[in-house]
Amino acid sequence: MSSPKTTRSGSVSGSCGPDCTCRGPIPALDDLRSAMPKQDPKSVIYMDNNATTRVDEQVVAEMLPYLTEQYGNPSSMHTFGGQVAHKIAEARQRVADLLGCLPEEILFTSCGTESDNTAIKGTLAVLPNKRKIVTTRVEHPAVLTTCRDLERHGYSISEIGVDRQGNLNLDELGFRIDDNTAIVSVMYANNETGVIFPIDEIASIVHSRGVVFHTDAVQAAGKIPLNLRNSAIDMLSLSGHKLHAPKGIGVLYVRKGTRIAPFLHGGHQESGRRGGTENVPGIIALGKACELALKYRVEENTRVKSLRDRLEAKLLASCPDCMINGNPEHRLPNTLNISFEYIEGEAILLLLNQFGICASSGSACTSGALEPSHVLRAMGVPFTAAHGSIRFSLSRFNTEAEVDFVAEVMPKIVNRLRELSPFVKR
Amino acid sequence: MWDYTDKVMDHFLNPRNVGSVENPDGVGEVGSLACGDALTLSFKLGPDGRIADAKFKTFGCASAVASSSVLTELIKGKTLDEAMQVTNQDIASYLGGLPEQKMHCSVMGQEALEAAIANYRGKHDGAAAVKKGNIVCTCFGVTDEEIRKVVRENGLSTVEQVTNYCKAGGGCGGCHGRIAELIVEVQGEAVKTQIASPPKKPAKLTNIQKIQLVQQTINEQIRPALRADGGDIELIDIDGNKVIVAFRGMCAQCKVSGFTMKDVVQARLREYVSDDLTVEAEKNPESSEHKS
Ligand SMILES: Cc1ncc(COP(=O)(O)O)c(C=O)c1O
Repeated sequence: MSSPKTTRSGSVSGSCGPDCTCRGPIPALDDLRSAMPKQDPKSVIYMDNNATTRVDEQVVAEMLPYLTEQYGNPSSMHTFGGQVAHKIAEARQRVADLLGCLPEEILFTSCGTESDNTAIKGTLAVLPNKRKIVTTRVEHPAVLTTCRDLERHGYSISEIGVDRQGNLNLDELGFRIDDNTAIVSVMYANNETGVIFPIDEIASIVHSRGVVFHTDAVQAAGKIPLNLRNSAIDMLSLSGHKLHAPKGIGVLYVRKGTRIAPFLHGGHQESGRRGGTENVPGIIALGKACELALKYRVEENTRVKSLRDRLEAKLLASCPDCMINGNPEHRLPNTLNISFEYIEGEAILLLLNQFGICASSGSACTSGALEPSHVLRAMGVPFTAAHGSIRFSLSRFNTEAEVDFVAEVMPKIVNRLRELSPFVKR
Repeated sequence: MWDYTDKVMDHFLNPRNVGSVENPDGVGEVGSLACGDALTLSFKLGPDGRIADAKFKTFGCASAVASSSVLTELIKGKTLDEAMQVTNQDIASYLGGLPEQKMHCSVMGQEALEAAIANYRGKHDGAAAVKKGNIVCTCFGVTDEEIRKVVRENGLSTVEQVTNYCKAGGGCGGCHGRIAELIVEVQGEAVKTQIASPPKKPAKLTNIQKIQLVQQTINEQIRPALRADGGDIELIDIDGNKVIVAFRGMCAQCKVSGFTMKDVVQARLREYVSDDLTVEAEKNPESSEHKS
């Protein structure tokens, strides 16, 4: 990579031509907004569904009685509590149906992060002689930070790299697994770029070496078909709030016969694998959300996908110097990660916010560590683009009108910030 | 979500004095794309020797844009000597305050102003406008002079604050010891207890001790910072005082402020292990695929 400064020299000579816009006043944002279609000021356009999702009304209706009248403890000996236990069994079955596994393979947790922690630490605890974990450089912090903390406690960690499109290097994966390896953890789909890894293939490679395989499917569950019956995955994490259930409920799938140590010691709940009185409303909500996810899965991969594709095509056509991050062929149907060169992510988000549009950015401009997302850096996305990356993540609640509105606003925002940028030649 | 004041949002949404002055008397450029923010300030003097016009172009977050916009407002009408008195604190207070982690944006404004004035004076007095002092933070190219200045002017007492104000120490972290020394130098012994003391180097090492210490320093001090940037480092061999390493991922080509990753690692190992170590990077076949 050439030094970033070279991009810049010459662009600030002040010798603009007569048509140059840089000397003119920047239009105030109010002008920019009045040029836009009228919009209800209270309504938001929510395109940040990889961060969290709206709870489906049917899910709320399903869980509500368990917050009000039906407050019993499922472990109690009376019918009042016992009814709740039946409802939990139903929810467990619904989750199992979505994943294509047995209900007894479903372990309820408090979130995706807990599921990831349980899978990794629970496996290490039952394999005391194995001291190595193989994972990837692009995992969510729920896995990466856990592994790096274990590194401080004497474990060795191998992080597999990705190429420019975010594809995993499978040869390197095979090469890194050795006799000392306790577990391999590779995410199903990346939360920032939406890139999907060939998890069934990876699971088979790992299995053939006799090593336990875990996948963080928090972003994949509900968006793409999963069928654990036909795969060699040993453990899989999912999180309720990413598929229209509330926050605070997660699942760890543990294949029958896979040994893990309990993460929370306590009562006999979850067959002794996780103590603590169940999050009853959360579990029931997640069950319903999984049932709905199964029902809407086709829509997710057709209508939602076509909305995403529409947004992508419009932005690529209307904004110069932008590019898609992540392999477009192997991507979640709802995710669009796009870099606008020479401008900075936070500034873009704040201007989008002025229009009630919610998205997110990989770059976190905090303190001295102005580092762009670890995922884009691992992919080798150049600095010119890594700082200006925006993630739009859609759901079944988005409409074509919303997509068109965003596509209309975005080029104006990009132009405005580029007028401010010293790196843009005018 | 940042808690920005209305003033910050106003100057971000309606920035004043955007652009570049025609036939400027002084131009200052600070920051870079790699750092995540950059500012170019240009000004023109009037016949009375006061700043008649000032304009900016900024790449960065909302507080970077707002700080630049305010800077141009603050310096207009001032003589250069008066303008030199403008501090990053002036910029931040004009904005009604900035979040602590964003204070470096106000410092960037002040630095651009200094650079622009130095550019003008360099042209007129024949003195070259060079960065004063010695580089302390190789990742962001920050000198000891610059660090002393932010510490003095903002009453800073911890390394973390210094990072928030001028980014120094926010990359590999190799200079934390030196930054701590500079804080003590400026603020006196009173702050000493607040900051971690710089690492002590062992006096004499056996070969095995040296190898272990090199490995430990790489594991604890160097690798985490590289990984944060999507890279990694592997210790290949130690041959006498020569340490051979391989860089993987992004670090292999990353060059900031004219320093290579090799220099950074070497500085780190000298700091923690022994002064006579040299570092060599092994040729890395993997790195070529990133070049595009
Ligand atoms: C891939 C991935 N894993 C794990 C998590 C963490 O899930 P939770 O918020 O339920 O802890 C997230 C959420 O952002 C995620 O995207």
